[in-house]
Amino acid sequence: MKKIIADIEAPYLRTDLPKLQIGDTIRVHTKIKEGEKERIQVFEGVLIRWKKGGIRSTVTVRKVSHGVGVERIFPLSAPSIEKIEVKSHGQVRRARLYYLRGRSGKAARLRERTETKKAG
Amino acid sequence: MYRMGLLGKKVGMTQIFEDGERIPVTVLEVGPCYVIQKKTSDGKDGYGAIQLGFEDYGRITKRTKVMPGHFKRSDIKPKRFLREIRIDDPEKLAAFEIGQELKANVFEAGQLVDITGTSKGKGFQGVMRRHNMKGSKQATHGTHENFRHVGSIGCRTTPGEVHKGKRLPGHMGAERVTTQNVKIVRVDAEKNLVLVHGSVPGAPDGFVMIRHAVKKGGTKA
Repeated sequence: MKKIIADIEAPYLRTDLPKLQIGDTIRVHTKIKEGEKERIQVFEGVLIRWKKGGIRSTVTVRKVSHGVGVERIFPLSAPSIEKIEVKSHGQVRRARLYYLRGRSGKAARLRERTETKKAG
Repeated sequence: MYRMGLLGKKVGMTQIFEDGERIPVTVLEVGPCYVIQKKTSDGKDGYGAIQLGFEDYGRITKRTKVMPGHFKRSDIKPKRFLREIRIDDPEKLAAFEIGQELKANVFEAGQLVDITGTSKGKGFQGVMRRHNMKGSKQATHGTHENFRHVGSIGCRTTPGEVHKGKRLPGHMGAERVTTQNVKIVRVDAEKNLVLVHGSVPGAPDGFVMIRHAVKKGGTKA
């Protein structure tokens, strides 16, 4: 990438987020503005996609809410993201977990990762 | 009315965050530009303008005899990209000197500008891509090799010809395009960078001309 653009993006890059991995169950705390008030909303689900690209990085988080699959895409460097918690690590063998979309209930579970792989 | 402007180069696109919102921006390198020549309405040119130059040659491969002479007058290294900014008011024109350096502080954040560049070349394209024609809706009942074609291009005896300007396949892109009323998000006068909202015609490293928006009254005196 060009240095000029990297310089512009640098102040927006976030370093305070935890190490994430595909298959993790994460809780994303986002600030939501309702008129004047601001509150925090939490979205908990499985990290099924991580589009990497510095400041343009986004993660897709999937959960099943009232029997309906819901996926939300979060820009990782957005200031509206208060924090991200990692609840558990799922053992997966793919970079994109789109196969979870076709599954429900027990079939959609992920095995807990046992040995700690090299993070990154 | 006149429209101040600068010449520059498209660096590329990125995004920034302002008030919690994600803003897509194009980064433009605008200058330093130099006034190479001045044209005056009472001189032989018959109209008032300044000619700006942007970016040195990396290596001059093709040099006409006229070129060194043209730049000698302004005592400036030859520039690759030259364009005129029309300024008909002689008083305002007098404010510019030959050889003067112009920087990004001509613009300010929040202002609207028009950006002119050369669009990306698309090569020879058919009517669906080039003119947004619909093509054939029917892919059955014996329709044969006619899915992306143009329809009828004329009639019979009347008019007996294909009208001039009939939209047909041909070369697309690589033409001069102006995007109007583009908002400036940020100006970095030190680095001569301008960040504008959204996209801009042309590929990265393409030359662009940025002028105050014509529909918003041009440059305020």
